[in-house]
Amino acid sequence: MLETFNKVYTFIANDPEQFLSAIQDHILLLVLVPVSLAILVAVPLGILASRFRWLEKIVLSITSILQTIPSLALLALMIVLGMGIGPRPAITALFLYSLLPILRNTFIGIKNVDPFLKEAATGMGMTNMQRLRMVELPIAFSVIMAGIRTATVICIGTGTLAAYVGAGGLGVFIVRGLQLFRNYLLLVGAVPAAILALLADYLLGKLEYFLIPRGLRGEQ
Amino acid sequence: MVRFENVSKKYNQLEVVKNLNLEINEGELVTLIGPSGCGKTTTLKMINRLIEPTSGTIYVNGEDIRKQDPVQLRRGIGYVIQQIGLFPNMTIAQNIAVVGKLLGWSKEKAAARVEELLEMVNMDPASYMDRYPKELSGGQQQRIGVLRALAANPKIILMDEPFGALDPITREQLQGELKKLQAQLHKTIVFVTHDMDEALKIADRIVLMRDGEIVQAATPDQILRNPANDFVASFIGKDRLLRSPDEVKVEEVMITDPVTIEYNRGLAEALERMRKSRVDSLMVVDDLGSLLGVVTIKDVQSALNRGGTVGDSAAPHPIAVYTGQTVREAVFIMAKHNVGYLPVINDQNQLKGLITRASLVGILTDVLWPDLSSSHNVFTSTTKEAS
Repeated sequence: MLETFNKVYTFIANDPEQFLSAIQDHILLLVLVPVSLAILVAVPLGILASRFRWLEKIVLSITSILQTIPSLALLALMIVLGMGIGPRPAITALFLYSLLPILRNTFIGIKNVDPFLKEAATGMGMTNMQRLRMVELPIAFSVIMAGIRTATVICIGTGTLAAYVGAGGLGVFIVRGLQLFRNYLLLVGAVPAAILALLADYLLGKLEYFLIPRGLRGEQ
Repeated sequence: MVRFENVSKKYNQLEVVKNLNLEINEGELVTLIGPSGCGKTTTLKMINRLIEPTSGTIYVNGEDIRKQDPVQLRRGIGYVIQQIGLFPNMTIAQNIAVVGKLLGWSKEKAAARVEELLEMVNMDPASYMDRYPKELSGGQQQRIGVLRALAANPKIILMDEPFGALDPITREQLQGELKKLQAQLHKTIVFVTHDMDEALKIADRIVLMRDGEIVQAATPDQILRNPANDFVASFIGKDRLLRSPDEVKVEEVMITDPVTIEYNRGLAEALERMRKSRVDSLMVVDDLGSLLGVVTIKDVQSALNRGGTVGDSAAPHPIAVYTGQTVREAVFIMAKHNVGYLPVINDQNQLKGLITRASLVGILTDVLWPDLSSSHNVFTSTTKEAS
């Protein structure tokens, strides 16, 4: 056991740059980019779905289907669809994976705003947009944030598979370790990925607490 | 100020408001009241176009509201909803100033208005402004709800059962405060409620609805004195109706179980019975329940040494009223003979009950001080019970 840890340490110490750039790739390319893109698409779609019944069914069923495709299959599918290898198919697949939690939570968060509050807002003379901005989004904020947290954790985990399509990231060590039967290499990839997932969830939780108005804290 | 002309609202086949005609005057506080499903809330929400009528026209300030932009219309009409409806993500100050913000007020103007309004209901602006709704009690929250509706100084305010969710004591307080505010501000207020006590307390005019139609629209006093039909009377409740002493029969207000004693009982027993029942007179009856006379504590005490039965000591031919006589006649007899109580007998001379001064208080307050009896119903009903 101790020997394995020694090997892990030596491996990282010998080439820290390789290790750090893998982490950086993982965070930037496999988490930040797909999750940000998913937020940009899923939040507006979720809002629209909460406004129009016909859209609600279409959008929610498409994203649910996407979620059921196994992650490795989805990555392979991207290559088949002509995206080639490298970060592009990985980012696309992770983006598609992030859509559902964010979209569903945005939809539910806004749908669940007390109808009396919505009526009060309209009755007071808010336009549809004002009601959304001043009342519905702030109240739905923590639910939407929960969706973003879920998407982030999914991306960090599933992102380790992206090494199979040549997208880099911490998965590279895992894939190499499996191919060369070197267990310590599995740890070099897996442990930082797990820590990253916990850390991201914790930091996003802090961010949420910081951004949410005091009047809504502790009501989840 | 607000006028309904042949307004109807249909949901599929169901007509919830039927050909409604109603004019609400400037500065008037009108309550819409009726059983649930009578169309009162629908009527209210048609004024600010939260619900659009199927047919007919509604005028606000003489203008057809269908020709106005609903958003602009609503900003000019205050709105207080049933559930408290404060926005939990905004502070008290932000909640109060929300319509001002929609109207593009400057920060200074909004802050000044918030302060002014909080002071109006004796809430210290410094300590409340930056709190959030959940940090306030239910009563305080609904005060803020009312202030929020007042903030942009609209001429018309719609209130949809605003005090329904509050406990009775807080509700009474807020009703009182609303009345005071209304006396200062003279808003045109349309107030939906299902609570008759509330309507009687605050309304200038009560509009009673059933099945989408107006059954009666009148001042509280008129509605209490002359309910339009049995439905109105039963909705108001028998206890609240104002009735003249000419209409009320003695048996309606009498005590039905006066303390009696049979004529052949001893004097000591009479004293014991008075002590037990805490009365100073007993009705003396025979075996058949016929009234023979009245014996007072004085009669008994002076005869105690002589001995004998209560029948011997009782004053015969007592002053009494017959069942079927009116309260007015009873009052007249009591005044003429200067007595504090009157036995009630039927035409076979059987004792049926007793009228006391206390039993008359309820009906007399209704007549002499109708305002008092309608707004302080608790008072009249407790005295009736006590009698």
